[in-house]
Amino acid sequence: MSTAAAHDDHHHHAPTGLKRWLFSTNHKDIGTLYLWFSFAMFLAGGLLAMVIRTELLEPGMQFVDPEFFNQMTTVHGLAMVFGAVMPGFVGLANWMIPLMIGAPDMALPRMNNWSFWILPFAFLILLSSVFMSAFGAGNPAAPNFGWTFYAPLSTEYGPASTDLFILSVHMMGISSIMGAINVIVTVFNLRAPGMTLMKMPLFVWTWLITAFLLIAVMPVLAGAVTMMLTDRHFGTSFFNAAGGGDPVLFQHVFWFFGHPEVYIMILPAFGIISAIIPTFARKPLFGYASMVYATASIALLSFVVWAHHMFTVGMPLAGTLFFMYMTMLISVPTGVKVFNWVATMWRGSMTFELPMKWAIAFVILFTCGGLSGLMLAITPVDFQYHDTYFVVAHFHYVLVSGAVFSMFAAAYYWLPKWSGVMPNKLLGELHFWSSLISVNLLFFPMHFVGLAGMPRRYADYALQFADYNFWISIGGFWFGLSQLLFLAVCVLCAMKKGEKAPARSWEGAEGLEWEVPSPAPFHTYDTPPVVK
Amino acid sequence: MSEQNLQQRNQRTLRKLLIWAVAMFGFAFAMVPFYDVICDITGLNGKTSTTASTEGPSQVVEDRTVTVEFITQRGEGVNGDFTSATRRVEVHPGEITLVNFFASNPKSSDIITQSIPSVSPGEAARYLHKTQCFCFDQQSLAAGERKEMPMIFYLDPELPRHINTLTLSYTIFDVTDRVAATNK
Amino acid sequence: MQSTLFHRAAVGLTSLMISGMAVASDWTERSNENLRPGVTGVSQEVYDLHTTILWIVTIIGLLVFGLILVSMIRHRRSKNPNPSTFHENVFLEVLWTVVPFVILIAMAVPATRVLIELDDSSKAELTVKVTGHRWKWEYEYLTYEDDNNIGVSYMSNLATPAEQINNPVLAGGLFPYGTAQDAVGSEFPEKDKNYNLEADKPLVLPSGQKVRFLITAADVIHSFWVPDFGGKKDAIPGFVNETWTVVPEGKEGTYYGQCAELCGKNHAFMPIEAEVVSQEEFKTWLAEKKEEAAAAPDLTPFADLDEAMELGEQTYAGACAVCHGNNGEGGVGVAFAGSDFATNEEHLDEHIDVLINGRAAMPAFGAQLSPREIAAVVTYERNAWGNDTGDLIQPQDVQDHE
Repeated sequence: MSTAAAHDDHHHHAPTGLKRWLFSTNHKDIGTLYLWFSFAMFLAGGLLAMVIRTELLEPGMQFVDPEFFNQMTTVHGLAMVFGAVMPGFVGLANWMIPLMIGAPDMALPRMNNWSFWILPFAFLILLSSVFMSAFGAGNPAAPNFGWTFYAPLSTEYGPASTDLFILSVHMMGISSIMGAINVIVTVFNLRAPGMTLMKMPLFVWTWLITAFLLIAVMPVLAGAVTMMLTDRHFGTSFFNAAGGGDPVLFQHVFWFFGHPEVYIMILPAFGIISAIIPTFARKPLFGYASMVYATASIALLSFVVWAHHMFTVGMPLAGTLFFMYMTMLISVPTGVKVFNWVATMWRGSMTFELPMKWAIAFVILFTCGGLSGLMLAITPVDFQYHDTYFVVAHFHYVLVSGAVFSMFAAAYYWLPKWSGVMPNKLLGELHFWSSLISVNLLFFPMHFVGLAGMPRRYADYALQFADYNFWISIGGFWFGLSQLLFLAVCVLCAMKKGEKAPARSWEGAEGLEWEVPSPAPFHTYDTPPVVK
Repeated sequence: MSEQNLQQRNQRTLRKLLIWAVAMFGFAFAMVPFYDVICDITGLNGKTSTTASTEGPSQVVEDRTVTVEFITQRGEGVNGDFTSATRRVEVHPGEITLVNFFASNPKSSDIITQSIPSVSPGEAARYLHKTQCFCFDQQSLAAGERKEMPMIFYLDPELPRHINTLTLSYTIFDVTDRVAATNK
Repeated sequence: MQSTLFHRAAVGLTSLMISGMAVASDWTERSNENLRPGVTGVSQEVYDLHTTILWIVTIIGLLVFGLILVSMIRHRRSKNPNPSTFHENVFLEVLWTVVPFVILIAMAVPATRVLIELDDSSKAELTVKVTGHRWKWEYEYLTYEDDNNIGVSYMSNLATPAEQINNPVLAGGLFPYGTAQDAVGSEFPEKDKNYNLEADKPLVLPSGQKVRFLITAADVIHSFWVPDFGGKKDAIPGFVNETWTVVPEGKEGTYYGQCAELCGKNHAFMPIEAEVVSQEEFKTWLAEKKEEAAAAPDLTPFADLDEAMELGEQTYAGACAVCHGNNGEGGVGVAFAGSDFATNEEHLDEHIDVLINGRAAMPAFGAQLSPREIAAVVTYERNAWGNDTGDLIQPQDVQDHE
């Protein structure tokens, strides 16, 4: 079938127009679709966050009803977790994994198409309920029970749109599972000859492990929402005390999914950073093998820490002790990774182009988030932190200045490969510095108000939290606006406006993705390369 | 490797992973009985047995007294009184004790109720044996009726020494609609 | 249950307490950036543990960030044009696996000790049942020392007036549920010092005695948390949790807490106000409340419509507005303004009945409000917002209905 011809020997042109995107089975196109979708959801989720921060600018209810506010916090979380972060990483996986392992495409290209196209429909369903709510359709309209949708608030008091929410979650789950299966099959079966598992770039390793996590836990989420559905409509009592059920069971099932889920949202980030720092330090990644083992340990440990989200639920001592110890333990492999990145930088010859800036910011700020996570692990003190803004600060540090920053790093790093032009330097620098400062203005003071006693998911607060909330909101608006700069960067690259990028777009870059031209042609590695 | 070979390998891996995904979906549901069994064995969530204890206590432990407290709670939708005749009793483990509860229905229609017990500390739950309890069955209350509902229990003689007070709470729920739905 | 008597007693007690308090428990004296040590032994230990781990993570953080900064300066290309090539070192890997592990063990030991301490709620002198409702707390005093039959229970609502909370700047659109829409553009009253924290009937506790809380919920999961006491416990419908506290003598005062688990619309508006008084004062207060609870309900008739409306408006604001709207426009609950139910005489009996016995999601307020309050509320609902039926319901009417 394939020849070693240098020219594209297809006798038909690559499809164009709407059909190209609707029916694509090409990993690059599908990757592009995922990435644009993820960015759109990031902006949508961000818009909801703007509503939240506008209301929290001052004490008192100025703009929205507390009911609507709860809908904002809920859909913001859902959109960001399931619409922005996860699809974003899947998009990066789609674009980069075949290139990095020397494969012509993902192993299951048609399933790949389906995996993507489910998502816009899932989110149309979810977000339409927000529009309906905003324009007075009902009281309440959109889901309002937090992205964690605890029972019985969600099962017995949820609005009508809860059932659509369940459908939406099922669809997103199927998309994720199919995507994960695709990654595993691709990595196992399509590696170029000579590329053993321990020669793969770390990004591929972290995604491989993430994919296993996804297959293990997304079905559990599906189970949880199915149980929710049957409790709501088919007379079961999984979570209903009246029927002999237990609301706490919901929390166990949810967090059994939920905790590995947050590692799903960060392991690919670790892979990205592990690709970028060696490039710009001009030095190989320190401790490749231990990075692989650390990632695997984190993934395994992630299954036995779930109840640290439930310390206040009334668990007996043995339970809280076990989960406290396991949670503390998971900081060890995570710390190992951070130290390895620093050791990679050490005695390197560093330049600080945009991808490196984002990567270093990630290392510092993610570590900040990880350290507050360690504080949260200590159960007796967690009693004072749980459900306060201290937790909100923690997870935004690891998710925004962690996962999201890693995705910006990846974008700036790989945009030359995707588009053929270097990202606009001025806009990029503005985007970086503006985001860096505003993200800290936005989330750092949350530690303070959380410690001082402000609970989370609060539409209004006591007066002593007013000053910091004001600045947090300013930070939020600033951070939100800064992302428009990134939109501009992406649009310019998409329009191919910029300095032409060579195949090896960054001086110290190594890996199979840099052996193909920039922009990467529609088909690459139809003939597998030889890896020594 | 040949194209066909690759396809076969892909399909095989795909099948294995799909099976695993389906298995994890099943696992989510399996968590329910797992949870119940673990809670049963350890009493973790404070749930007591839902059936009457048939064997009586092996002995009465005279040299210790345990305080058993009773609290009641109305679940959503229940608007009558729900109280216990006594707030607390001092018992010896193994001693059989009767406590009366009262529930009333102020509505003009009949209701069916289900009382759900909960014990604190949770670990004490499996040492609480009830030979008779209104919580084992649904209790119907006619319009305007006030009912006396007895509960007979004893504490297991093996009750750990560090537990000297335990609280038994009953929450009464109106399950009239649920019963109607299942009977349809 | 007899609000005027309670209010008189509360005012009297409060002035007694204020004059007797050695330490002012000013909410605003708390740190705005850090956890507070609180007023109990446990909260102090938790605070100490927090300080320890905060120091540890800060030092670790500064170390790591310091190394990064140094590296960025010393190992940038202009300063270090020839990069090293080392990329593994087993000793280092082992070192930075083992050292953090040891640090963790050092943290786990005191943490375990404090956790074990928190777990022991035995030998309490006072037991209070705390029930979370949407959206208020209910306190029931169960046992105190030898008294097993206290029989004192009441609801504790947010006491901050709605006008302080609702400061709408937009009408309609994103403010879709109509609450306080008329207030757009008006002058809003200044917020109380303890805005969003003050409750109408505080939880009164004795100092120097161990208090055991039995925590449950009537509808969805809530969470009972008073930061100054340390410890937080979820209130789960159908289940009972327990926790405890001892506020030492000398630490009498008012302490505020808030609900810490999303429970719906007014999750942010169901505070806990805990008033810790000396044992003597507590005994007096408890005896008074027992008397009130046992006494026959106050059926003093309203002199005129205005008197009933005044009490009705006040009661409505605290107990009804959250579901029925500040202006009777409805929401989760039915609307009253201009509704047939609230204006048609045919429905008067039904109106009183629903208040007392509840219906569907509407709780039975017969248990929460006195006959006088119920009479006042029904009167208010039938005369406010232009309803003007002229109906004046007397406490006796309500009592007869019951």
